[in-house]
Amino acid sequence: MDRRQFLQTTAAGLAAAGTGLQPLRALAQGEPIRVGLMAPLTGVIASGGKEMVEGTQFWFEKINYQIAGRKVELIIEDDASNPDTALQKARRLVEQNNVHFLTGNLLANTGLAVANYVKGTGTPYFIPIIAADELTQRGRIPNVIRTAGYSGSAFPRPLADWALKQGYKRIATISQDYTFGHEQCGGFSQVFTEGGGTIVQQFWHPLNTADFSPYLGQIADLKIDAIFVMETGADATRFTQQFNSFGLKGKIPLLGAMNMTDQSVIRTMGAEVEGIISAAHFAEGADIAATKEFVEAYTKKYEKIPSLYGFSMYSGMMWVSRAIEKLGGKVEDKAALLDAVLKTELTDSPLGKPVKLDAYGNPIYDVYIRKVTKRADGKFWNVPVETYPAVSQFWKYDPEAFMKEPAFSRTYQGAKKS
Amino acid sequence: MSGLSRSKSPMGALVGVAVMAVGVIAPFFLSRYQIGLATQILIFGMLAMSIDILVGFTGRTSLGHGAIFGASTYVVLYCVTQAGLSPYLAVVLGIATATVLAAVFALLAVRTNGVYFLLLTLALGMIVWGICLRWTQVTGGENGLRGDIRPKALADYKDFYWFILALAALVTFGIRRFVQSPFGLTLRGIRDSDSRMRSLGYNVPLHLFIGFTMSGFFAGVAGAVYAFFNNFVSPSTVALTQSVESLLMAIIGGVGTLYGSFIGASALIALQNLVSSHTERWQSVLGITFTLIMIFAPEGIVGKFRALRAKYASKH
Repeated sequence: MDRRQFLQTTAAGLAAAGTGLQPLRALAQGEPIRVGLMAPLTGVIASGGKEMVEGTQFWFEKINYQIAGRKVELIIEDDASNPDTALQKARRLVEQNNVHFLTGNLLANTGLAVANYVKGTGTPYFIPIIAADELTQRGRIPNVIRTAGYSGSAFPRPLADWALKQGYKRIATISQDYTFGHEQCGGFSQVFTEGGGTIVQQFWHPLNTADFSPYLGQIADLKIDAIFVMETGADATRFTQQFNSFGLKGKIPLLGAMNMTDQSVIRTMGAEVEGIISAAHFAEGADIAATKEFVEAYTKKYEKIPSLYGFSMYSGMMWVSRAIEKLGGKVEDKAALLDAVLKTELTDSPLGKPVKLDAYGNPIYDVYIRKVTKRADGKFWNVPVETYPAVSQFWKYDPEAFMKEPAFSRTYQGAKKS
Repeated sequence: MSGLSRSKSPMGALVGVAVMAVGVIAPFFLSRYQIGLATQILIFGMLAMSIDILVGFTGRTSLGHGAIFGASTYVVLYCVTQAGLSPYLAVVLGIATATVLAAVFALLAVRTNGVYFLLLTLALGMIVWGICLRWTQVTGGENGLRGDIRPKALADYKDFYWFILALAALVTFGIRRFVQSPFGLTLRGIRDSDSRMRSLGYNVPLHLFIGFTMSGFFAGVAGAVYAFFNNFVSPSTVALTQSVESLLMAIIGGVGTLYGSFIGASALIALQNLVSSHTERWQSVLGITFTLIMIFAPEGIVGKFRALRAKYASKH
């Protein structure tokens, strides 16, 4: 009897796990284009995940969920900020919902897990947020494309070049101790030391550090010209506040990674963020008609200035939509879709400038050096002060030669020995 | 365990064969995704069952099994992707690592019980998690390790499912034999009263040590095949939530029932997948469901069925 009950309950469980036999598929062209969006709606970075969904919906609403005459069906799944869950959801979207392509994910480990999965299925996977260098460099997977995204080490390079031009000779870095931090500090250190600067010291701290005073005390004694700071989320808020209360603001210029001064961080903060310099492809305070229009419309709808998450998903989906239009809506042919996306030049994005993808599926942007500035209404935003045109993820190096070097890590920062 | 004598009847064997038969033919009726879920349920069922050896039969609640399970997953992925070993050898090494790790846990934990045992296994699990997170050169840190490591022979998802099904049957048989052996009886004796067992002359710490290590061995088996299932591992696989979830599976199914582990795993994984696609408050729904189960069926689903049946039988 034990086993009979086991049998019954197992059968019920398995039946409950899905809808039974797969329905016969309707003729392809009459069907909607199914888009699988994964975002962390629960977990440590849920607020970023929510903005990803907003950005995506904002775009599809603008085109009335129609691309080339086909309806768009957006299926949203929560990856719970956990790579195992992300993998499970990717399987569900591909194998159960038969999505035509996947997009989203925020944390690098969730993106890498999904990328490893789609390597086997060939499903196109577009990653406007996942910045892990590897995915468009050494570990390139042909069906993973970084539409409207960026690779981790790319933007700190122009920032390092800019720092050299300011006459900074000695810089220290402080960063969260994980790959995203290693990559951004690596890009910065490499360019800065090759240009004759010195990286005095590099501090690595665990994610979610509550108290930065041990580091700030040391930083104050280093006699440095500036500090490069790579923090995300709550760490970015805490670092900036404590840097300010230690009286270091104004004494040591603060150069940040782009996520350091993203709207998701600074929209809740005050004067302590003013004047921080960072480098990015998008500046919500740029004096460009397309950017202004996007920022205004987004602010009106969601009552906040768009962050990187909202902007990237919006533009990333715009990119894919434009490619699908070129195909006349035929998303079934994966190879053609990937090829079309790679060849599409995005002309009407909120950036206001055309953007192309390189041969490795990473966009080439004009990168702004941005400064956090106070608006008339008292809110803070990033305003461009200088532009580096057409910055490649390989900076000025030869891609082949560059990829022969090891990937950035805590121990390898590309720094030139002086 | 009144089910013991009954399941030896021809009726019990028949039901067992029927369950296996359903399991074997299931892939012909399910979609690819559902087969994937079934595979996952079987793997986590094995893990939950290994925990049941301790919770249900030894009276020790472990919160370190996620770490033992995940350590095996890590070793398999490392051996194949970094050291270039054959996946089969990697599985052997993975299981060996899990067993040794469990032995180390056991050495430290056998002298405790109750909440102290719980906390000690929790702390040991956290150490493993910390190592996986911080030892970036070997474990890949936050990003974890990944690669296409499943052996060619099991590449097809149906073949892989059947392989896991056979393995789960083998593990179930092994664990059943283990807990029903004379040695298993001493574990139950320890569960009911370790002071009495001691006074009867049993070496209680040694028995606990062996029980824990065996449990770790089975968790390692599940962890090793999980590496093939996901082709990926990250610190979340060894994290506390993994231990808690698999313990929940054992409890929901019914501690001390063994088969309940598969029911618990089905319930948890099915709920996670169904509810989360309808609402982002899915964790609240899960929490409420578990609370209700604990109020109305504290003995777990299988345990509740058994109790109801016993009640029914006594009336007729």
